Amino acid sequence: MWEQIRSNQIKSAMLVALMGVLLLLLGYFLGLLFGSGIAGIIIALIVWGIMNLVAFFQGDSILLGISGARKISPDDHPRLYNVVEEMKIASGLERMPDVYIIDDPALNAFSTGRDPNRASVAITSGLLQKLNRDELQGVISHEVAHIKNRDVLLMVLLSVLLGSIVILAWYASRFMFLSGAGGGRSRSSSGGGGGAQLIIIIVGVVLMILAPIAAQLIYFAVSRKREYLADASSALYTRYPEGLASALEKLATSDTSVRTANKATAPMYIINPFQKKGISIESLTSTHPPIAERIRILRAMAGASLADYEQSYRQARGGGGIIPASAVAGAGTMALRAPSPETKPVEEFPQKVERARETSDLMWRLSNYKTISCECGITLRIPPNFRAPAVRCPHCGRVNRIL
Amino acid sequence: MIAVWIIVGIIIIALIVFWATYNGLVRLRNQTKNDWAQIDVQLKRRHDLIPNLVETVKGYMKFERETLEAVTKARNIATQAASAGAAERGKVEGELSGALARLLAVVERYPDLKANQNFLALQEELTSTENKISFSRQYYNDAVLKYNNQTQMFPSNIIAGMTGFKAGEFFEVTAAEEREAPKVSFT
Repeated sequence: MWEQIRSNQIKSAMLVALMGVLLLLLGYFLGLLFGSGIAGIIIALIVWGIMNLVAFFQGDSILLGISGARKISPDDHPRLYNVVEEMKIASGLERMPDVYIIDDPALNAFSTGRDPNRASVAITSGLLQKLNRDELQGVISHEVAHIKNRDVLLMVLLSVLLGSIVILAWYASRFMFLSGAGGGRSRSSSGGGGGAQLIIIIVGVVLMILAPIAAQLIYFAVSRKREYLADASSALYTRYPEGLASALEKLATSDTSVRTANKATAPMYIINPFQKKGISIESLTSTHPPIAERIRILRAMAGASLADYEQSYRQARGGGGIIPASAVAGAGTMALRAPSPETKPVEEFPQKVERARETSDLMWRLSNYKTISCECGITLRIPPNFRAPAVRCPHCGRVNRIL
Repeated sequence: MIAVWIIVGIIIIALIVFWATYNGLVRLRNQTKNDWAQIDVQLKRRHDLIPNLVETVKGYMKFERETLEAVTKARNIATQAASAGAAERGKVEGELSGALARLLAVVERYPDLKANQNFLALQEELTSTENKISFSRQYYNDAVLKYNNQTQMFPSNIIAGMTGFKAGEFFEVTAAEEREAPKVSFT
């Protein structure tokens, strides 16, 4: 029931290899255009190597750094930390991922870490504020599933290859137009091989135009597939697909895009960070499947197992499934659990205020503000550079000592 | 001479099979112990939380003495059974779960209590602990199933019998509330 989705990993490895071959082909033919195919391959490998080094040494810190994420401890936000820990247990991760909060009103969450034992989960404060416990569990389980399925590693490998292909094609096209087609030079030196030379030029130009597009399509297709798989795992871990479905619904109604997201970091988020309100068609150049469809699949699940998700997926989309047969075969149907007591709609309003207050308290604390509650009921926030030993309450005039 | 070599060969092969099967059994048994330790941590955490919960709730719920006493009693029984086997503990923990669920249902009638910060923090901890117990239970029971299959299936059951490997116990929390489907009446 809990076994890794192994045949899927083989497929993923083949896609990585395919993109690698595409990069080498591109390098070879572009090299031929300028004189030497081998030199082209070497240049392609050097570009790829440099991109890899950058991704390897700075991958996590870049993503968490540009997102302005802050690491939290269990006391900062017990519910968030608890939920991550629950999902760590449910997924069977060996080590607890680091938990980060991004101070951003946009609604999103992401996970990073090539190694499941050194992974991180991050969520925006806006999203944290909006979700109840079950929904939060749904979102976190989706992110933990990305870690457990090693999606981060796969997407880093693919994006490095994609980046190398795009860079190579871009520079080659600049060189060609600037030097008025490099082929002219080599044709004069090689003399007789005019026909072969023409073919090389055509193949080179076609590859230059098509390789980046093909690479991007592979990349987006893999990314979308991984989102569905993470949804399936999420339902399995929580045994409550409604939690994630309801969270996605809330995410769908937001029209703020994440300030710090860019094209490279997009696949790591739970929904496409650039998506504008109302867009639901599945385009070939989208990193995420349409939210409405993800919700529909989750809501139609009869149980919580991978087999249940597979069945629901087939019904919603028609045609082939998403989860490899080997993983489905071992998984019977699994009973759903009941919602946790907090989700009763009666309490909806006070809960929202409570959550908003909790999150804003957390953000103040993480910015090193001190919080003092005066006896008159007013909460005072003391900025970190305030040096005086006591402060007078502006409401009732009591003097409160700063500890 | 050849016969001697064949006998020696058979003995060596038998020893290798014995060695591999024995180590496999030990590995599986350790896995169940490890998974059980995970559950044990969470059960202990739950027992530690309950006195605090009862203390916090007491002041607000003057008329629910029976409910509170049931929780305290179930908790004490569960604490005493801390070194018992998985099956026995599943039973007493199930009783505790039932008593707790009844208490938390009663809480709905006390809006003041639900505004109490201390209570909310405790409720969060309890909910999370319950979840952790049920998620780690899945792993433990899977490990026990694997281990039991090895101890009971031929040919590893022979070696298990010789070296004293006993079947493991499943951990099933059997609260009355959990088994019964919710009844809906439209009267």
